[in-house]
Amino acid sequence: MRNKLRSFLTTLGMIFGVGAVIATVAIGEGARSAVEAAFASMGTNLLVVLPGTTTSGGARGGSGTQPTLTWDDLKAIRSELPSVRYAVAVLRSGSQVLSEDANWTTQVQGTEPDFFEIRNWPMLLGTRFTQSDVDAGTKVVVLGATVADKLFGPNANPVGQLVRIRNIPFQVVAVAGRKGQSPFGQDYDDAVFIPLTTYMAKVQGGLQKFIAGQILITGVTAARAETDVTALLRDRHNLRGGDDDFSIRNLAEVASAQEESSRTVSLLLAIVAGVSLLVGGIGIMNIMLVSVTERTREIGTRMAIGARGMDILMQFLVEAVTLATLGGLLGIAFGVLTARWMTSLFHWPVLFRADVILVSVVFSALVGVVFGLYPAQKASRLDPIEALRFE
Amino acid sequence: MAPLIALEDVAKTYRMGDVEVRALRGVSLAIEKGEFVAIMGQSGSGKSTLMNVIGCLDRPTAGRYWLDGLEVSALSRDQLAGIRNRTLGFVFQSFNLLSRTSALENVELPLLYAGLARQQRHAQARVALERVGLGDRMDHTPSQLSGGQQQRVAIARALVNGPRVILADEPTGNLDSRTSVEVMALFQELGRGGITVVLVTHEADVATYAGRVVVLKDGRLQSDRRQNPAPAVVPPGEEAA
Ligand SMILES: Nc1ncnc2c1ncn2[C@@H]1O[C@H](COP(=O)(O)OP(=O)(O)OP(=O)(O)O)[C@@H](O)[C@H]1O
Ligand SMILES: [Mg+2]
Repeated sequence: MRNKLRSFLTTLGMIFGVGAVIATVAIGEGARSAVEAAFASMGTNLLVVLPGTTTSGGARGGSGTQPTLTWDDLKAIRSELPSVRYAVAVLRSGSQVLSEDANWTTQVQGTEPDFFEIRNWPMLLGTRFTQSDVDAGTKVVVLGATVADKLFGPNANPVGQLVRIRNIPFQVVAVAGRKGQSPFGQDYDDAVFIPLTTYMAKVQGGLQKFIAGQILITGVTAARAETDVTALLRDRHNLRGGDDDFSIRNLAEVASAQEESSRTVSLLLAIVAGVSLLVGGIGIMNIMLVSVTERTREIGTRMAIGARGMDILMQFLVEAVTLATLGGLLGIAFGVLTARWMTSLFHWPVLFRADVILVSVVFSALVGVVFGLYPAQKASRLDPIEALRFE
Repeated sequence: MAPLIALEDVAKTYRMGDVEVRALRGVSLAIEKGEFVAIMGQSGSGKSTLMNVIGCLDRPTAGRYWLDGLEVSALSRDQLAGIRNRTLGFVFQSFNLLSRTSALENVELPLLYAGLARQQRHAQARVALERVGLGDRMDHTPSQLSGGQQQRVAIARALVNGPRVILADEPTGNLDSRTSVEVMALFQELGRGGITVVLVTHEADVATYAGRVVVLKDGRLQSDRRQNPAPAVVPPGEEAA
């Protein structure tokens, strides 16, 4: 405390340690919350069932290449499994969509109203098509926000207008709310949605036995639904001991794998934090030992005028804790600045969490206590006469 | 009435490896309340050792010591600290003030350890500093004070808690003769106020201000005589710094 420069140099370990932790946690949390938001926008407890095996390459080909899923499979999934909340087929293909004075190539998806429940996707304008539209095969379309922008310009209301898909006029009934990008960088809003039956009749060209697309499922829990759907399909396809002829992607698993890796990063961080706090703590212990030696005569004087061991102990402990906490606070400032700087440099999202900052302060103070204790004890146990005689 | 300080055959032996240094070899001494005692003797005769024992900073290896009727050798470290805080006041040759700390805060320190509240500490420290004639220097740090003034701050610190005994080991050792007389005048005044003063000195003229002179030789009492103390009067001239 007596020498400002020396105190500052002593706390450098704390400053860099705490600063590094604050900065990396902020960057990590920023990335995690961005990924989390992206996964949440895909739908919760979501399963995707694809025809074919996941064994890519080889004779069988990748998933989605062989038609193995039938409409009866879908019906069975819907009616026989209580662990499945929603199940719909989604068929898709690329196509041009034309308005009066613009055209845009996008993905045309044929599906059923539950699709919007599964994806947790509200409409921005208008009302989405209904089951009766699917039953009747009406020519109505829900535009993704990007498509609406491209065909009608931003902020326009295209509900009620006509667009042409494969030269067939469709009436716009709704514009879907903006969802942004998938975790894999694909624009959710660059698509249009039409009733499944209309899709099969007008885009695909007639009914087929197999589903030439995928089945989306919302389970009551993703894991339960995955087990049930797998068992049901294996049974229906008479697979017995053979390999699955379909594959199921469980997005909760992908998300939890992401979380797993971020947990690994957190563990690494905790180790880095521990080591740097250890180094910082040793620095503080060192300077406190020097301080105790330098002030031996002062300690002797204080004892002569009535300081008890506890008084001396507290004096040096408070000093160590102050030093460590100050280092921690400077470290937090340093970490926040570093994270901000990273953001402006690389456009990384950062998230500062109040609890992390609070814990850092508490930990810094604790380092002061732990590493200040030995020097303080040493001071408090000095013999008053020897301390007074010390040169 | 029992004496304030009573030593009975007190011995202190320092052991350094194989060598034994017998700093005190059986000292018996009784000092009454309000006495002003000067301890003299050659270098190495055990004066400081005796002071440390009386000041409860050190424990004798043999013999017994009563302070104010209390057998001190039986007390714990913290109890001794309490006695040093309330019953005793120390004045050192090299002042031992905290640097970079104002005179007022230096004087407040014993009150802090006594557990007094801030307001009361301020008030009492102020009174003590005024008593030693430094009412106008309270905010000065030691480096801004002369040697004599520093020693007076130290005396204020020693008496701020209202002690029964003030112990001073060569308090004038670092002062010139004129300032020494000022300090001795202060001690005489404390003695008139009923405080017992024990001081160690090398200088015979300093000892003349005491009412009793005890001489040590090789860790034993060589002589112990009472005298009429000379009044410590600062010679007229320029006002002392
Ligand atoms: N801590 C110690 N360890 C070993 N020997 C000591 C210690 N303290 C004092 N002594 C010895 O005890 C003897 C008496 O010392 P003391 O300090 O009491 O002398 P003194 O009369 O105060 O001398 P001075 O006038 O030089 O201050 C000396 O021989 C000294 O060397
Ligand atoms: Mg001495």
